[in-house]
Amino acid sequence: MTRNRWFISFFVLWNLVAPGHCVHAAVSQVLHLGNGTEPKDLDPQTVTGVPETKIIQSLFEGLVDKDPKSLEPRPGVAESWKVSKDGKVYTFKLRRNAKWSNGDPVTAADFIFSWKRLLDPKTASEYAYQGYYFRGGKNFNTGKTDGSQLGIKSTDPYTLEVTLENPTPYFLSLLYHHSLYPVHQQTVEKYQMRWTRPEHIVSNGAFLLKKWQMNKVIIVERNPTYWDAVNVKLDSVHFHAIEKAETEEKLFQVKKLHATATVPTEKIASWTQNASGVLKRHPYLGTYYYWINVNRPPLNKPQVRKALALAIDREKLVKFVVKGGQAPAESFTPPGTGGFQPQAKLPRDLSRLNEAQALLAQAGFPKGKGFPTIEILYNTSEGHKKIAEAIQQMWSEHLGVKASLYNQEWKVFLDTQHSKNYMISRAGWIADYNDPHTFLELLTTGNGNNHSSWSNLNYDGVLEQVQKEISSKKRLELFQKAEDILLEELPVIPLYIYTRLYLLSPQVQGWYDNVEDIHPLKWVWIQ
Amino acid sequence: MRLTYLLKRLAVMIPVFFFVVTLVFFMIRFAPGGPFSSEKSVSPAILKNLEMKYHMDEPLVRQYLRYLKDLLKGDLGPSFKHANRTVNEIIAEALPVSVELGLLALMWALVIGITSGGLAALKPNSPFDYIPMTFSLLGICFPTFVVGPILVLIFGVWLEWLPVAGWDTWADRVLPSLTLGFAYAAYISRLTRGGLMEMRVQDFIRTARAKGLTETQILTQHALKGGLLPVISYLGPALAGIITGALVTETIFNIPGLGRFFIESAVNRDYTVVMGTALLFFAHLCL
Repeated sequence: MTRNRWFISFFVLWNLVAPGHCVHAAVSQVLHLGNGTEPKDLDPQTVTGVPETKIIQSLFEGLVDKDPKSLEPRPGVAESWKVSKDGKVYTFKLRRNAKWSNGDPVTAADFIFSWKRLLDPKTASEYAYQGYYFRGGKNFNTGKTDGSQLGIKSTDPYTLEVTLENPTPYFLSLLYHHSLYPVHQQTVEKYQMRWTRPEHIVSNGAFLLKKWQMNKVIIVERNPTYWDAVNVKLDSVHFHAIEKAETEEKLFQVKKLHATATVPTEKIASWTQNASGVLKRHPYLGTYYYWINVNRPPLNKPQVRKALALAIDREKLVKFVVKGGQAPAESFTPPGTGGFQPQAKLPRDLSRLNEAQALLAQAGFPKGKGFPTIEILYNTSEGHKKIAEAIQQMWSEHLGVKASLYNQEWKVFLDTQHSKNYMISRAGWIADYNDPHTFLELLTTGNGNNHSSWSNLNYDGVLEQVQKEISSKKRLELFQKAEDILLEELPVIPLYIYTRLYLLSPQVQGWYDNVEDIHPLKWVWIQ
Repeated sequence: MRLTYLLKRLAVMIPVFFFVVTLVFFMIRFAPGGPFSSEKSVSPAILKNLEMKYHMDEPLVRQYLRYLKDLLKGDLGPSFKHANRTVNEIIAEALPVSVELGLLALMWALVIGITSGGLAALKPNSPFDYIPMTFSLLGICFPTFVVGPILVLIFGVWLEWLPVAGWDTWADRVLPSLTLGFAYAAYISRLTRGGLMEMRVQDFIRTARAKGLTETQILTQHALKGGLLPVISYLGPALAGIITGALVTETIFNIPGLGRFFIESAVNRDYTVVMGTALLFFAHLCL
């Protein structure tokens, strides 16, 4: 008897304290997400990271929203819009029932304030270039003109007219980017740097910021003043700041998380075998590549660069070294970016090894004779190291080219890359928006992110033409032309296309895989 | 007497403190990169504006003096990375967590360490000695990043007795404090054993034994007092290390403590947070 009672009370106590039992009791509409590192801030105009983006997308709403499945633009704060024939003037009609969380209406003036704020040099936004599409945006941001010259105006509180520098076919999808979300003027001006704290923030999205515990959790709750609140199914979302992938995976295993931000590399194999289908894997708009400093001999010779690019067995690299089901990069732009299917100009395997060896001989280094040792730089990480070692081995084996490896701590690495004080350096680029332009503009002359010192006027010309082109067919042709030049000259050696890998509980509904990895929480619910 | 001693110590501490402030301030500034260097390069105009926002456009000496002035007022400045927080706020939020974790870990360390060390000293060269001492050697050798995940795997994932990570309920405290305490328990156990063994051959112990006391009585009533001295002198630095140096345990169990800021701020070149955490560590060490 006593023993039994002891057991029962233990059991009761157990259920009170044991982990994991709270999540799947009843169907509570509380979503727990692993969200990577601690967000720096939640200010739409100044943040840059992925963890921040995920939270901001639930707190604020821009002019347009995205369809959770097709990612097509759909009405957000704007209920309709018109585009002029030349593709340069957009007129948005704002819905009258869009409200800030303090009850104020969301008007055209809010967008004008926010976009000026993004471009204002005083804001010092790292994403200011997302406003360069507006007429006069760049001049304002670089201090050449004041904000009055901007191509943004309102004819009444609910009509916003936007004039662009160039016809930009992806402008609507750009409006989904957090840097172009509206912010509440009085709140921002009153609280300055501290306006994003839970006690001050005023927002207009489907959810409200309730709690922010550093390195722990950010909790958002359904926003009753949101114009489409009836369609929001989740009561609240907990964004857990979890730095370590292994910890996140364990929390998922014991059902404390509905979705993770990532999967530890060594666990991919076992989750792939897991029949429950919780491992999600889909292509992602990002390329892993090596920068080549084209000023450094012998890398100044295009034949050398091409030989190096052709002597890499990309299929082997992704299968045995990277191991996350990534795709070998046969182009610089990931296939499918903005509907663009670039031609495969780089081999997946060693099928063009003879050509590579011939090119190297042509450049004056038959079988690698007389070729100086080249250096590969990467930021300190086990993963980057393994990749660099594999490439070092492939070059030595197939071309007789010796490469040495060296690593640097992240900020030192950035400094080295920026000052172009390297020969070959590891890099990755993730799309800012779903259009090939986001990848190809990287290599234009004078682009701050072009670390190769490569400059090709022909290439610049093609990308300039793209900016002015309205026909989407012609744009795609121009992108291919740019790819052709790039993969002939090879100031970059593309290695693989990123894959997004994460774990998702089957309980989560209304969540669709897509190349942009966007999952608007407005449409998500728990079954 | 005691007051003059305290005052003397304080008088020594002030110049040392000043030296540490200066050293850390200039060391972190001379490291390559800065708080605003990021993968997407920032245009020179934007960089200039960012630097202005944090007074980084001023000459370094002027920034140093500004920092000293604010420091005297108890203001550690704003964080560069966490834009809407000050360093004071970050420390106020994270320090209590670290102190709690540290004290719990120390408690485990003392309980496990003194018990096993005491047992070993009571019956030297017997299984009571060999088994705990083998474990303590393992404890010293196994780093927390091995012990932590093993404990999580056993008690969190397989047995489902305890949470795998988090910092909300009392159950959340068990595994992390045990993990962190384990390494220290190993040292304490060895120190206890060593200290007690030394006591066993002392004259007053022989007297006690001659009086007919049992070994246990001798140990608890006579030997422990002197034998634990090395343990006590070890506790001071151990506490400073345990509070600011719990980075690994904090990341494994996702605990919002100070150890993470200590390392992350250096990596991010979050100058003010580097200064704040370093000074805090120094203060712990002094006390």
